[in-house]
Amino acid sequence: MARLTGAQMVLESLQREGVDTIFGYPGGVVLPLYDTLPQYPNIRHVLVRHEQGAAHMADGYARASGKMGVCLGTSGPGATNLVTGICTSWMDSTPVFALTGNVTRSLLGKDGFQEADITGITHSITKHNYLVMRPEEIPLSIREAAHICQTGRPGPVLVDIPKDVFQEEAEFDWPEQINLRGYKPTTEGHAGMIRRAAELINQATRPIIIAGHGVIWGDAHNELVELAEKADIPVITTFLGIGAFPESHDLSYGWLGMHGMFYANMAADHADLVIAIGMRFDDRAMGRFKDFNPGVKIVHIDIDPAEIGKNFPTAVPIVGNAKNVLPRLSDLTTEAEHQDWRGWIDQVREEHPSLHIRESRRMLPQYVVRTLYEETNGDATIVTGVGQHQMWAGQHYFYKRPRQLVTSGGLGTMGFELPAAIGAQIALPDAETWAICGDGGFQMTLQEMAVLVDENLPVKIAVFNNGYLGMIRQWQQLFYDKNLVSTAMTQPDFCKLADAYGIRAIRVETKAEVAPAIREAREHKGPILIDFQIDQEENVWPMVPAGAALSETIEAPAEELAR
Amino acid sequence: MNPSVNGSRKHHAQHTVVAIVEDKPGVLMRVASLFRRRGFNIESLTVGHSEAPGLSRMTIVVDGASAPVEQVEKQLYKLIDVVKVTDLSQEEMVARELVLLKVRCNNVNRHELLEIANVFRADVVDMATNSLILQVVGDEDKIDGLVKMCEPYGIRELSRTGRIAMVRGAKTTTVHEPEPEKIAKFHATQGRRVEGELPFSSD
Ligand SMILES: Cc1cc2nc3c(=O)[nH]c(=O)nc-3n(C[C@H](O)[C@H](O)[C@H](O)COP(=O)(O)OP(=O)(O)OC[C@H]3O[C@@H](n4cnc5c(N)ncnc54)[C@H](O)[C@@H]3O)c2cc1C
Ligand SMILES: Cc1ncc(C[n+]2csc(CCOP(=O)(O)OP(=O)(O)O)c2C)c(N)n1
Ligand SMILES: [Mg+2]
Repeated sequence: MARLTGAQMVLESLQREGVDTIFGYPGGVVLPLYDTLPQYPNIRHVLVRHEQGAAHMADGYARASGKMGVCLGTSGPGATNLVTGICTSWMDSTPVFALTGNVTRSLLGKDGFQEADITGITHSITKHNYLVMRPEEIPLSIREAAHICQTGRPGPVLVDIPKDVFQEEAEFDWPEQINLRGYKPTTEGHAGMIRRAAELINQATRPIIIAGHGVIWGDAHNELVELAEKADIPVITTFLGIGAFPESHDLSYGWLGMHGMFYANMAADHADLVIAIGMRFDDRAMGRFKDFNPGVKIVHIDIDPAEIGKNFPTAVPIVGNAKNVLPRLSDLTTEAEHQDWRGWIDQVREEHPSLHIRESRRMLPQYVVRTLYEETNGDATIVTGVGQHQMWAGQHYFYKRPRQLVTSGGLGTMGFELPAAIGAQIALPDAETWAICGDGGFQMTLQEMAVLVDENLPVKIAVFNNGYLGMIRQWQQLFYDKNLVSTAMTQPDFCKLADAYGIRAIRVETKAEVAPAIREAREHKGPILIDFQIDQEENVWPMVPAGAALSETIEAPAEELAR
Repeated sequence: MNPSVNGSRKHHAQHTVVAIVEDKPGVLMRVASLFRRRGFNIESLTVGHSEAPGLSRMTIVVDGASAPVEQVEKQLYKLIDVVKVTDLSQEEMVARELVLLKVRCNNVNRHELLEIANVFRADVVDMATNSLILQVVGDEDKIDGLVKMCEPYGIRELSRTGRIAMVRGAKTTTVHEPEPEKIAKFHATQGRRVEGELPFSSD
């Protein structure tokens, strides 16, 4: 055992946990840690421009790679700036490890300069958090936190360390084992329940699989394909489940929900059996709960028992990791063909294609996404902000692999796009990474462009510039009698902004310039920004209006299609 | 009027949930914050040491109308510091509460009050010229009954502990899972204040 300072212990422990990157921002109380960083050359520190960016970068890193992302902030404002990012990963169950400094122990609880009770503040948005009061407690605290973060249903954790604990020395004793009496995720799945689920699948005539984010986190996409093919079950995903099942597959019918495909919503609403895998029946996915497909039976596979029965009664609950449950379920299902049922959905899709892009001289945002899809051969990692552009990115790019779409679903955090793309690019340096940004959301975190330059990252920024908080404008137009209040925005010259940061930029004003600009961006080795001045009035369709049921999905009205 | 005083509690809608939790700073806040956030109404919550070192026992009476007890249990289990949860309402249980009651009295009516105390097997734990303190242990019905009888004299102060409960018979709701020594030692101090002189610095 060696004697180390608390700061050394933190970095030593993180390194042992396999951490290679920390997204952080310094301040008084974390100076001992920054002072120690050069002793750990295997840990790369990425200096962000706002702590919210650090948390989103850690999140993007985690979502793109499956590994734990780490962010760091100083006490007080540094810590509170992380909160939006922590909550973003909390809502979407992603493994983010937040490290914060706090005031020296003698000042804790006395409103010391820049003291914030960050463990108290984050109780309800972390899986667990730690206030570490002694240096010798650092290794086990970090080990436990990292374990909790990445196992079971993943989720953010926070470790808060007072300044003098970083400075004090103690024996470094790396725990060989951990023992958490109160934390034992169920991963196997109950054999009897799996048998009952198989029986229901074997009897069903209109089964549908709704695959969610948990399939991606369980790394269970291959197992999902196997089950779907064997029992011939059509697959739709949630918005966060995009990529859990290849969208090019014959059995793929897109994603459901508020802006999901019409036929996906109808399929969910007409099925006699829903097999929900790693999804939590979010209201945006399901529409008005009480009128969702009356009479349907639900098999729910989820690693978190609390999700089962939370929003819908379940016929067969299976608590476990999709990775373990799906092969066992496949074994017990009989090979089947559901021609009639698939024929019915195919017919709906033919009559209501949802993803058809109309001919138009305008630069439709859907067209931009589709062109990007074609130009990148559908291989790029797409990271989005929140709003209309997010929905179009989900609809008009077709995803073939898990982790290909990185997007904030549950919290819907504008400003996620650029920092999350930076995290994703650092996690996968060779992946072509596009940040599809709203012109509104981009302005919430655009200062992180500096990080692109610092770290020389080839992220492609596509600003969907509609001069509006488009999604809100759409709601005002549809549900508030076209009373557009505070949603039009005078935008800065995004190209000049990029230029100011030393980033090349292209302005695209016409449809004809779209593909060439994308090509130019792809050829350019470094970061680049494209300001797509898209049609301003376009709305996202189909739509399940707020409070409506999936069966009430509305398609684009004729007058909009005539524009 | 507070329904717990006039005896009109809706017993049928209540659940008595026992949670065995790690005895760590913040655990009470975690539980309380969970109930608030999920909209589960707490009728009473008591916490104290259990028979096992390092583990505390919480007895939470939940208004069943505010949440399905199954969700309450599952959400509690998600807290890392919660080791075991049992819904005692499913079991034959002994439920008790302790109450201190300061009642106004004088030389004329003191005797009557002592009679009442006697009937309810309440102890007189303090007496002054114009008041006395009764202590009574029992289930809510008994306590509500006593409170009602004392009301005409004037209740100056009332303090109830909230319910504690235990399953009847040999069955237990405890946890028999001692931690390895080193980890127990870590968990015993984790997050607790350090005693003695600490360095000062303003950053
Ligand atoms: C503007 C906007 C519009 C939106 N529109 C839609 C829409 O139309 N449709 C839609 O679906 N969503 C939409 N969303 C997103 C929506 O809010 C939710 O975030 C999303 O539906 C959640 O998807 P999910 O349940 O698959 O993922 P999560 O919320 O991440 O839940 C994952 C589930 O998987 C479980 N799990 C994790 N790991 C495993 C494992 N290994 N094995 C088994 N289970 C596991 C977890 O316990 C959890 O229950 C929209 C969001 C925004 C911002
Ligand atoms: C931080 C934050 N604030 C507010 C909102 C509410 N909101 C949702 S979408 C949206 C508009 C987004 O505008 P923009 O980024 O330009 O994207 P667009 O919808 O125009 O594509 C707003 C304000 C949010 N999701 N996040
Ligand atoms: Mg916009």
